Amino acid sequence: MATDGGVYVDDLGSRSLLRLVSFCVLLAGLCEGNSVEKKIYIPLNKTAPCVRLLNATHQIGCQSSVSGDTGVIHVVQKEEDLQWVLTDGPNPPYVVLLEGTLFTRNLMQKLKGRTSRIAGLAVSLAKPSPASGFSPSVQCPNDGFGVYSNSYGPEFAHCREIAWNSLGDGLAYEDFSFPIFLLEDENETNVIKQCYRDHNLSQNGSAPAFPLCAMQLFSHMHAVISTVTCMRRSFIQSSFSINPEIVCDPLSDYNVWSMLKPVNTSETLEPDDKVVVAATREGDWGLPRISIFKVYLPCLVCRAQLDSRSFFWNVAPGAESAVASFVTQLAAAEALQKAPDVTTLPRNVMFVFFQGETFDYIGSSRMVYDMENGKFPVQLENIDSFVELGQVALRNSLELWMHTDPMSQKNETVQNQVEELLTILEKSGADVPTVVLRRLSRSQPLPPSSLQRFLRARNISGVVLADHSAVFHNHYYQSIYDTAENINVTYPEGQSPEEDLNFVTDTAKALAGVATVLGRALYQLAGGTNFSHTIQADPQTVTRLLYGFLVRANNSWFQSILRPDLRSYLGDGPLQHYIAVSSPTNTTYVVQYALANLTGKVIDLTREQCQDPSKVPTENKDLYEYAWVQGPLNSNETDRLPRCVRSTARLARALSPAFELKQWGSTEYSTWTESRWKDIRARIFLIASKELEFITLMVGFGVLVFSLVVTYCINAKADVLFIAPREPGSVSY
Amino acid sequence: MTAAVFFGCAFVAFGPALALYIFTIATEPLRIIFLIIGAFFWLVSLLLSSFIWFMAATLTDNKGEPRQRDLLIFGVLISVLIQEMFRFAYYKLLKKSSEGLKSINPGEKAPSMRLLAYVSGLGFGIMSGVFSFVNTLSDSLGPGTVGIHGDPPQFFLNSAFMTLVIILLHMFWGIVFFDGCEKKKWYTLLVVLLTHLLVSALTFISPYSGLNLVLAYIILVLTGIWAFFVSGGSCRSLKLCLLCQDKDSLLFNQRSR
Repeated sequence: MATDGGVYVDDLGSRSLLRLVSFCVLLAGLCEGNSVEKKIYIPLNKTAPCVRLLNATHQIGCQSSVSGDTGVIHVVQKEEDLQWVLTDGPNPPYVVLLEGTLFTRNLMQKLKGRTSRIAGLAVSLAKPSPASGFSPSVQCPNDGFGVYSNSYGPEFAHCREIAWNSLGDGLAYEDFSFPIFLLEDENETNVIKQCYRDHNLSQNGSAPAFPLCAMQLFSHMHAVISTVTCMRRSFIQSSFSINPEIVCDPLSDYNVWSMLKPVNTSETLEPDDKVVVAATREGDWGLPRISIFKVYLPCLVCRAQLDSRSFFWNVAPGAESAVASFVTQLAAAEALQKAPDVTTLPRNVMFVFFQGETFDYIGSSRMVYDMENGKFPVQLENIDSFVELGQVALRNSLELWMHTDPMSQKNETVQNQVEELLTILEKSGADVPTVVLRRLSRSQPLPPSSLQRFLRARNISGVVLADHSAVFHNHYYQSIYDTAENINVTYPEGQSPEEDLNFVTDTAKALAGVATVLGRALYQLAGGTNFSHTIQADPQTVTRLLYGFLVRANNSWFQSILRPDLRSYLGDGPLQHYIAVSSPTNTTYVVQYALANLTGKVIDLTREQCQDPSKVPTENKDLYEYAWVQGPLNSNETDRLPRCVRSTARLARALSPAFELKQWGSTEYSTWTESRWKDIRARIFLIASKELEFITLMVGFGVLVFSLVVTYCINAKADVLFIAPREPGSVSY
Repeated sequence: MTAAVFFGCAFVAFGPALALYIFTIATEPLRIIFLIIGAFFWLVSLLLSSFIWFMAATLTDNKGEPRQRDLLIFGVLISVLIQEMFRFAYYKLLKKSSEGLKSINPGEKAPSMRLLAYVSGLGFGIMSGVFSFVNTLSDSLGPGTVGIHGDPPQFFLNSAFMTLVIILLHMFWGIVFFDGCEKKKWYTLLVVLLTHLLVSALTFISPYSGLNLVLAYIILVLTGIWAFFVSGGSCRSLKLCLLCQDKDSLLFNQRSR
């Protein structure tokens, strides 16, 4: 009986425990973000973390521990304030709130390795941008992956001739063992500073009284050591696990390209079809974000860089390093398409916008790889000449410099072709008053550019147009300050967004001049003669593009040129140009659709026909790309007038060939990967003194012991205390 | 180190309940069963009141701050009413089952209604304490503490003591309530209901003044004294007990079977 009872009770007890636990779990789940939590924490919503990136040999970036790093906040406004953090302060570890102007390599070196006293770093944006310039990139960007090496042009390798980004301090390529966050919102920064002033300021250097204001930063990274290691770990997992835990992803996106005259994408060109390539980069990196936009003209190749980066993840405004050049190229493409005899030109023109160029030329190396392996309609042999736009927005006194490669010009044929190319450019520039084209010494090497990757594969005649003759004019190369202000894109106050969109800035006029030169040069390079003077880039197009990419992506013009399902990609701020791992990114799509709308034709197809044009006998999907775009608002501004745009603007994968070939330790191709993470967030709160915590614990113990003793006594004497009523049937206790 | 706060608060809130459980409940299987059934009844009452609250919230469908507060006050009133209804239902159930228990086990003596009142009251108290405090307790694990918006830092300790009051009060209410039912003194039921409402209303007073805690403890002491007398205690027995004269008592001899 007793045993039975025991079992019964145990069973019931465990069941009720189970029930209790599941209820508690349910309750905890329902009450996430409950009011008590709101009393304790203030989440910081507008932050950008520094994340970990890896290449074949190194890891760069930052990370926190798994459960986040907590430290007492200390505001550092001048360098002397660091004394408190590093030696004097009695409550380590500290989270340093650093003024943007102090965020330099020198200061970071002092903090590095002091993990016992530094839990993390929050950096506020400097306003205005630091006057002395700031570039977290290295002095020699993409060193080792360009055309010059110790065996080929050793005098030019490792930027021996010119340190292109002379302000670069390499901060973005350092590895930090504590988390670093950028505070993007001034209001949040002020909340933190107020909390610091209220709780952490002490009188005359004594220890401040508890409770103290603290910050917790979560940015734990899954990948370590190098791409070789993390890709191997992911690969082993994915080969046998149903649910693999991937730890890092290759940086990849899409290049955008189009042809002046459509080519059949299911076949490759004949060797004697010549193409001029115009190129630029699509992205750029601010602190941890990276992307580059490159544009190429095929057969004449024209290219621009699409991406950029900065120290912080997904903060890559890249105004000068990417946006200005690809916007110029878009305007040139539009202008060239308008020439009346484009369809009869002897050569074709290919516009390419390269993505990921900031990270050791991901986009261009992939395109060269695809061309070599016949996976791209245009072959390397088809490239007649190559025109690349570098950084073009910060010209001194109208000068546009033409950079050429000294090594390939040792071959006389190439030298003659380059000479011809420069002459054509100079001729096209002669009639444009706002641009003066200048030659450089023939012995000066190329700046970091996609052309270098093409020269690596084949000697072609090419030129890079840039605003700088030697070191970059851009003082904020690949930094968070490379914004619209950096290239003087500003608007009069008190205008509506719609007025801003159509306001032609001086920068837009200057870039339209460059686009005109480029358009005319490409026209002549393609063999055109008659209508060179009619080609004129539209400053209105340039200013709208600049506004959309640098100020406000969610504007009426971008809305009208995008597919309806991409509408949500446009935010109220500028577009970021980090290449990222989930592709295509917003920038890539917007560039593709801008290119499609600027160079394409509106054709009369229904929505169904537009989405599947193979059923329409007059259309050909191999030649053209069809896009159903939202279209402009109708006259009473209520509905949109959607339409079908036919163009040759396409995407081409920009994933480094190193990952295609599974050569994760490659020195030939880019090997950059981005670590995965679960949770990135930051919050501030107060931490209690050890004394208060100890008192709470002691009170708890006191109550427990007291109640145990009292209960025992009362229970022992219950029969004395509680006299049973004399009731029949009930038993006294 | 914030684990210290967690354990401190947990011991304050649930220490007495734990002690009572160890020494008076865990000794007999039947008492554990009645305790758990009591806790279950409280849960069902919470379920019902949350249904009503949810319906009211959906019907009014107003996100305004004052409306939210009105809704909360309404919810508390309804919840207290339903809890007391379930206490009565539990009493009825025990009444029936004690007959049944006797017939199943004629050899054993069924527990007294007074004991059952205590056990069920503790069951109600533990469950309501857990529900009111578990979320706060999980937040006390840190790393942060209350105060960034200007609230005083003793929030956790205050909440723990408030939970303790609720648990003990439920126990005393159980004893008084069942006694009222047994003796058909229906006014006691009303008093229990009113004090329950009063204590619940006290939680609406800002928890930082400490006023609500003081008032709650006054009510606790008064209810405790009442429960003491109801359950057969008297000044004389208390005196006997405190003077350790229990051996002289005849009652002791009675008990030693």
